[in-house]
Amino acid sequence: MRRLSDEQTKIFFEKLTKYIGTNVKLLLDRPDGAYCFREMKRRVYYLSERILKLSENLNEEQLVSVGTCFGKFTKTNKFLLQITALTYLAPYAQYKVWIKPSAEQQFLYGNHINKAGLGRITENTPQHQGVVVLSMSDVPLGFGVTSKSTADCKLADPLVTVCFHQADIGEYVRSEDTLI
Amino acid sequence: MDIVKEVLAKQAKDLEKYKTINVEKHEEVKVDLGHLMISDPNNFDENALRDNVEQYLLNLTRENVQLLVNGIWELQTERLDEHIVAKLPKASFALPRARKLPQPKVPTKWEQFAKAKGIKKRQKDKKVWDEELGKWVATYGFQRFKAEKEKDWVLEVPQNLDPMTDMFQKKKDLKSERVAKNEIARMKNIARAQKVQVPRAGFVSEESASAKDLHVAATIAKSSTASVGKFQEKLPKEKDARGIGVRELIPGSKRKRTIDPSQEKSQQIEVVQRILNKRPKIDVDKAVQIQKREAREEREKNPIEKKRTGSKSKHAKKFSSKKPKGAMGNRKPKKGGAGRKRR
Repeated sequence: MRRLSDEQTKIFFEKLTKYIGTNVKLLLDRPDGAYCFREMKRRVYYLSERILKLSENLNEEQLVSVGTCFGKFTKTNKFLLQITALTYLAPYAQYKVWIKPSAEQQFLYGNHINKAGLGRITENTPQHQGVVVLSMSDVPLGFGVTSKSTADCKLADPLVTVCFHQADIGEYVRSEDTLI
Repeated sequence: MDIVKEVLAKQAKDLEKYKTINVEKHEEVKVDLGHLMISDPNNFDENALRDNVEQYLLNLTRENVQLLVNGIWELQTERLDEHIVAKLPKASFALPRARKLPQPKVPTKWEQFAKAKGIKKRQKDKKVWDEELGKWVATYGFQRFKAEKEKDWVLEVPQNLDPMTDMFQKKKDLKSERVAKNEIARMKNIARAQKVQVPRAGFVSEESASAKDLHVAATIAKSSTASVGKFQEKLPKEKDARGIGVRELIPGSKRKRTIDPSQEKSQQIEVVQRILNKRPKIDVDKAVQIQKREAREEREKNPIEKKRTGSKSKHAKKFSSKKPKGAMGNRKPKKGGAGRKRR
């Protein structure tokens, strides 16, 4: 368990700001105690200092997971967000996509969202923007990246992909063993 | 009768003088004739010991020595040059060692490696068949050297080298380098066995150094600039040498970078701020959208816009690209105007 290196910090926050923008600062500067990001076996965990102190008693082999896993660094040093990060992405997300109940299942099975399934979208969402996907009743289902801006969505065909799937809560069942 | 009595009395007196050779003990003593040693397991008679220590111990010793001598006399004796000699049997008592046990030899670096890898020493043949020479050649020693000389009467110069290179000299140099390297390794082994700190020898040369040594050397060389190698270009995927003691060799990197835990947060916020600032402040997409919308709204308000036609307005002035000049020193008051046109 160690601090993120300078390079890793940069890569990590660049990814995070794509989804929650300036709200990243709120994750770092919390009124309810000190929280920090730590790296272990190329995974990034978000945890409070209190838990950090407790976890320091264990070595890497013994510690499977601590705090909330945000994702992992790939071998080529890119950062991939994981569905477990949704807890922190959903409340701070700047751009959101709501999907119709009929498209919910499709999304939860790992498919992209097409125009027909799109219920609502934040205004002025640019293209290739990280968005949090919610159901019409405001339940966060996952996150993805828009393939079209809001304006282009209006003119798109019903079968055109509007938002690329990245992670969904179905993964808790589908890839239970790899989620830490 | 008197004589008999006298003799008997005298003998009794003699017997009193010489103590008996028969000694009785509660527990049998252990006699080790090989060491000429006797060990008495019996307890001391405490009362007698307290009465007269010296006398008691003397008696006890005498008795035990008597037993030892009795034992010797039981052995087979022979006469040698007017002396009676007994041959002592093998010692049975295990004496404790006088000196401490010798320490096992500290294994050399190679021995450690070989053990870890399970490499066993192979017995080499003393002589091997040489195809080229057509005879048996020694694997080492002066005979081998001779054979080598016989074999290498001519050496090829590789194409990538200068044709005038002395390959014989080169071969000699390489050999001496290997010898030197081995000597350093030997010294290092001795130093390690005696736990002596020795300065680092560096690497012998490019040709006999290991890849790791070269990597370390390259890293050190790279960081040996005024700016501690900060502005040196890196190859793709190049990594700095790591390992025990490498960091100490790199100038300026001796101290480990420590992050104050209280500063971690502010540092990270700084990084985030930098990332956020990097983004373009003008959202081009948004600007274009707004522009488009405004244009659309305007178009909807006045659907038919008059096209401008006809000549330009009367007041339009003609400007030439040339810089206007004055009258070049000639006054032309009639023409009006006051000198050069000032803008």
